[in-house]
Amino acid sequence: MSTTDPADTFRQEARELLEQLEGGLLDLERLPGDADLVNSVFRALHTIKGSGAMFGFTAVAEFVHDFETAFDRVRKGRSEPTPALIAVALDAKDHIHKLIEHPDARIAGGDAILTALKRAVDGAQEPAAPQTSAPAPSQPADVAAGKRWRVRFWLPPDALVYGTNPLLLLDELRAIGPCEIAALTGKVPALDGFNPELPYIGWQVDLTAENPHGAIDDVFMFLRDGMDLSVTPLDEAIAEAIAVEAPPVEDVATQPAPAAEATPAKSAAQAPRRAKAEPAAKTAAAEKAGSSMRVDAERLDQLMDRVGELVIAQSRLNQIAAMSADPNLKSIAEELGRLSAGLRDTTMGIRMVPIGSLFSRFRRLVHDLSRDLGKEIEFITSGEDTELDKTMIERLADPLVHLIRNAVDHGLEPAEKRLAAGKAAQGKVRLSAVYAGAEVAISVSDDGAGLNPQRIRAKAEEQGLIAADAKLTDQELFQLIFAPGFSTAKEVTALSGRGVGMDVVKRTIDGLRGSIELSTDPGKGTTATLRLPLTLAIIDGMLIRVGNGRYTIPLSAVDECVELPADAGANRSGRNFLDIRGSLVPFIRLRDIFKTAGDPDEHQKVVIVSSGEGRVGLVVDQIIGNNQTVIKHLSKLHAGLNSFSGATILGDGTVALILDTAHLVGFGQSHEGRGKSEQARAA
Amino acid sequence: MSKTILTVDDSASIRQMVAMTLKSAGHQVLEAGNGAEAFAKATSNEVHAVITDLNMPVMNGIEFIRKYRQHPSSKGVPIILLTTESDDELKRQAKEAGATGWIVKPFKQEQLLAVVKKVTGA
Repeated sequence: MSTTDPADTFRQEARELLEQLEGGLLDLERLPGDADLVNSVFRALHTIKGSGAMFGFTAVAEFVHDFETAFDRVRKGRSEPTPALIAVALDAKDHIHKLIEHPDARIAGGDAILTALKRAVDGAQEPAAPQTSAPAPSQPADVAAGKRWRVRFWLPPDALVYGTNPLLLLDELRAIGPCEIAALTGKVPALDGFNPELPYIGWQVDLTAENPHGAIDDVFMFLRDGMDLSVTPLDEAIAEAIAVEAPPVEDVATQPAPAAEATPAKSAAQAPRRAKAEPAAKTAAAEKAGSSMRVDAERLDQLMDRVGELVIAQSRLNQIAAMSADPNLKSIAEELGRLSAGLRDTTMGIRMVPIGSLFSRFRRLVHDLSRDLGKEIEFITSGEDTELDKTMIERLADPLVHLIRNAVDHGLEPAEKRLAAGKAAQGKVRLSAVYAGAEVAISVSDDGAGLNPQRIRAKAEEQGLIAADAKLTDQELFQLIFAPGFSTAKEVTALSGRGVGMDVVKRTIDGLRGSIELSTDPGKGTTATLRLPLTLAIIDGMLIRVGNGRYTIPLSAVDECVELPADAGANRSGRNFLDIRGSLVPFIRLRDIFKTAGDPDEHQKVVIVSSGEGRVGLVVDQIIGNNQTVIKHLSKLHAGLNSFSGATILGDGTVALILDTAHLVGFGQSHEGRGKSEQARAA
Repeated sequence: MSKTILTVDDSASIRQMVAMTLKSAGHQVLEAGNGAEAFAKATSNEVHAVITDLNMPVMNGIEFIRKYRQHPSSKGVPIILLTTESDDELKRQAKEAGATGWIVKPFKQEQLLAVVKKVTGA
């Protein structure tokens, strides 16, 4: 059982709800007519309000209540979610956030926001008096005439089925004062017409109490609407005699008029009153409601380390089992292999979260930037499902904020310039994440004017970062942007001037063992690409042999394996093409790349790997099989090796290098054009 | 006598609070985060009462009550709604669907226990 304070849970939950609220509001700006979105926004508000009030966040509850009241007009279709309204609603959301994070501080501005919100919803919004009206319409205050009262009641027909226990009601009445209780059995039918689920019996309770109306109301509070109840001073009641055998009266007045379909008048009182009004709140099924638990990240690291060691130990066991004839040993090695693979997947899965949670935060950022800078921006995200280590995602937030700000502020030109350049006035900023082999590539791109190498060069020279005669490629020039001290002071605006500089971005990414690259297409835009290692510290690998060396290919990148046709050996230039079911796939001879000595095996195999869109075949001598690969990173000394992304220790203690499939595919593809033309010439 | 009570709410904090309160009174508590989960739990366990929120994702409280009331195991099981004062229309629908009673949020722990006692006698 957890011992955390529900208030903490509330705070955490409220943060998630606020994020959902913000996402909903931003979506609503694009799709103003979407009822599901409106409901999702409304539900988030509702939950914050309800829970806030429960846990002592009264200021939150009151504010959200008014927010909700105003927004209700949108839900009811009486107001349009205009951009102005969304902007105020976002301010309101921020205000709620502050109230939740600093419950004790007095945070001003709430009233102003609410006023603005009401104005935005509609000038005609009546001063939504949120009177906490007591739901109990009190009985006419006839001062207790006597001390004895006669209470007679019949339960609604569905009461028993719906969980009302008349005996408990009688107990409650007894608690009000001394009672004499009699059953009224006049409506009990003959046995053949008897339905044991219906409450035929009425009850007559002669109660002695001073003014019991309030208390009696409380007893029947859940039943009042559908039931037949009378409370009369006893003297009158006796005079009236016991003739009140009328059937339960349907309360017609409270029903919506249009629902007057011709129901057979037969037993209107007993017919369950369903089928009217659709449930008001349609559910947006997409939301996930899961329970979660916080664990110290360090513990997860320890767990991961141990699983890594276990996997290595297990592969040693495998090796020994493979050499042994003992079937018991073999079977236990196999079993252990399965278990450790499962354990590995679970352990790694714990740390991984989809990057979408991070992306959604930036939509707000872009929205605000767009408003503040007066630039129209379309923000496009893709690859939200891409999973990354949770801590990595958290640390990526600041660098990405900076890159996005740069893209919006410096990358995108003002609308006039864009139009002059023949582009749409609305700029595009794209944020995407894709798996690239054992890495995740996150890119921020804009369709602005692009980087200007000359200007960067001039600035770098001016700041003494490079000598005037230094020869640098464009890519090297762009890297200067990340140099500490490289300031774009001339361009600093209120937005981009605050917070981290590009050197801090670079440092953060380096700290995550990632890399950052800028590419630009003059006049068409700039792309900053972050490449980050998956924390997949252990992967499924395919062990292969080239000459005497053993290498591992990440299994996730492997499409298929085929035999190298004998006639494919003609071209030894290091690349060639295979016909894989009608499509041409370039292949690379790893022997050539690794400059392997000795003769190749007679029957070489081709492992087809893919990365992104591209596919390439890797020619190997032997496919040894699958193994669980604990990734060890290469030392700094080997950081420049493009073809390898790491190394692993095999069961026998030797080292196998892990191939960087993304790089190899890129390598194979870049030679494709040449290969194709060669082939065309040959044909 | 101790009862088994199912609490249904998409808000983990409310669930936690309800569960703590009920447990402190000696009840056993099952939890569900939406109507669909609640239906599964209510029909596969012996529950003596259900306390449910109305506004929930996946399957809201009213749909859940309707569906549950069509299941024979719901007969005589009280369903208490957690509502806010602005939910009157929803409350009415929920009552028609088969809710037994309600608690208006925000509520105090004693109020919750009082309502549970009212409908279950324990």
